[in-house]
Amino acid sequence: MNIGVVTFPGSNCDADARYASALTGNTVHALWHKDTSLPSSLDVIILPGGFSYGDYLRTGAIARFSTIMEEVVKFANGGGYVFGICNGFQILCESGLLPGALIRNENLSFVCKDVHLRIEKNDSPFTNVAQVGSVVRIPVAHGEGRFTAPAEVLASIEDNNQVLYRYSMPDGIITPEANPNGSLNNIAGITNIAGNVMGLMPHPERACEPLLGSSDGLHVFHSLAQQCKPKFA
Amino acid sequence: MKTYTAHIAVTLRRAILDVQGKAIEHALHSLHMPGLTNVRIGKHIELHVQAQDEESASSMIREACDKLLTNPVMEDYTFTLHEGVTA
Repeated sequence: MNIGVVTFPGSNCDADARYASALTGNTVHALWHKDTSLPSSLDVIILPGGFSYGDYLRTGAIARFSTIMEEVVKFANGGGYVFGICNGFQILCESGLLPGALIRNENLSFVCKDVHLRIEKNDSPFTNVAQVGSVVRIPVAHGEGRFTAPAEVLASIEDNNQVLYRYSMPDGIITPEANPNGSLNNIAGITNIAGNVMGLMPHPERACEPLLGSSDGLHVFHSLAQQCKPKFA
Repeated sequence: MKTYTAHIAVTLRRAILDVQGKAIEHALHSLHMPGLTNVRIGKHIELHVQAQDEESASSMIREACDKLLTNPVMEDYTFTLHEGVTA
């Protein structure tokens, strides 16, 4: 599978995303925010974490107008898989590829720790090797990760089963204590309605081998590889 | 062509809990100013607009706010416009 990882000015998880992608046997393409075209072989685009454009104005607000984002939007609209991690999630919301917005954490603190996530569905290109209801331990590192949306938008996200991950206790129970940032409905990751665009605040690329304390993040990369396997093979 | 100065105020939408505003409200109350409530924290953006008249200046500001300066999912804005340049 061919994975492209975009670097914006201020991205700081691009190398980690490339590392995790390569570790799972993929061909990795480093993409630059000024690129005006994408490699034709691309299956997946990752928008990595970081502080693109210094988080000026709003998180993701300026990156969203980068040259490459026109191509990313076209790629997504054509059915390509797009995965935004942390700042990448914020960019996807600003660009309108995902609903809602990510705002200042409820406790006003930057939160940097491992959290537990319950996988809500596995009929998704991002979780197809995982079990529904299983719990993974993956780190978060953000100051603006509180998922919010107007009531009617939140209702449609839930009605359309767009929630892929919720912050949970280690046993999978959803509680306010498990919620590190005050996100509505403990939402940690969602997809668009079509299911080919996903945003996730926690960092699976930082949990890709035991040496890092957890390899629970690998399931996303393995799922994408499974999804992109040639069907005739 | 005239030059106008715009002052744009951006705040979180009323429906969204403004946690910074709440924290500052608590600080004000601990400073014995209980009469100060409903603190809202936002951004102030100041810019100059070159336009034919006030109406077209206003519509340029609204376009800038809707496209870039604010995110309508989470923010509201108001602005004032006056002719001339603030030193």
